[in-house]
Amino acid sequence: MIRTFLEWLGATPWSVALLESYYVWPLVESTHTLTIALFVGTAAMMDLRLMGVSFGSVPASEFTGRMLWWTRAAFVVMVVTGLLIFYSSPIRYYQNIFFRAKMLLLVVAGLNIWLFHGRIHRKVAEWDLKDIPPRAVRVAGAVSMTSWVLIVVFGRMIAYNWFDCDLQPQPGWVNWASGCVLTGE
Amino acid sequence: MTDRGLLMLLPFFEWCQNTFVGQAVNRSIWAFPVIEAIHLVGLCVLGGALLIVDLRMLGAGLERQRISELAGYARPWLVGAVSLMLATGLLLFLSEAVKCYYNTSFWVKISTLPVALVFTFAVRERLAHDPALDTSLKSRLVGATSIALWFTVAAAGRWIGYS
Repeated sequence: MIRTFLEWLGATPWSVALLESYYVWPLVESTHTLTIALFVGTAAMMDLRLMGVSFGSVPASEFTGRMLWWTRAAFVVMVVTGLLIFYSSPIRYYQNIFFRAKMLLLVVAGLNIWLFHGRIHRKVAEWDLKDIPPRAVRVAGAVSMTSWVLIVVFGRMIAYNWFDCDLQPQPGWVNWASGCVLTGE
Repeated sequence: MTDRGLLMLLPFFEWCQNTFVGQAVNRSIWAFPVIEAIHLVGLCVLGGALLIVDLRMLGAGLERQRISELAGYARPWLVGAVSLMLATGLLLFLSEAVKCYYNTSFWVKISTLPVALVFTFAVRERLAHDPALDTSLKSRLVGATSIALWFTVAAAGRWIGYS
């Protein structure tokens, strides 16, 4: 059912126009790529603070307060441009193993943010000024940084078609993980 | 680029691509994408280390901290990210030097990069580590110039793949 919907989506005129456009697609993709400097960059600096690696004399709440506005704004740009890129070629991304790995890691990163803000950050007053925060905070920072780095790496790899469904034969696990529908066997 | 002034550089670019390292990266299926991904991770760290100070110089972000305090913490990450990007960037360049020679975006990037590097380490870093510096016209100018220069380097770099 998802495939049918995505096939329809990829056949809509705007999707075709976006994929075939000479300047718009590269501009959208470049914006998506360059915004990582702002989004992952500022998030990584906050993670360094949470891990107790750097920025020790800066209260953690300054990062989760004043700096987070920029991180969030950049995230909105990432999501909008990312959705546009997906819209330009839905089936290709849906069946791309790196795209799927990236989406799984986005869920991990999202759960980590949810846990951090829902539980750990509530008691920020207790560790705000400590240059080395409690263990749970450091773990949250490390999980965040690891998942975003991997998301960037996998995101870059989506551009390569090594494991694409139309490039057979592939190992069985690749076809399974990519959700390939094999015909003619 | 068919400019006569640069044409004499073509043999040098050909030599670069024929180096052992250039050929090794070029022949491998995985090397280029993996180095490119590391180059991008470097961009994230560089962006964070630059912006945390540049935004502060513009009077935004971590406004309650002194500029020199933030610049002190950011410096090792700035130096590390620049080193990582130069090393991986060189490898990427060596593997496709001749393509780069004919690529206008490459020339924009490679001519802006030294300006950005000199500005960052000779002007911006010197100013940012001054404990007396607060948001002022001077700091705003330096912060905005830093963002503009590095944005040009990064955008032209991304565009090498499209032009």
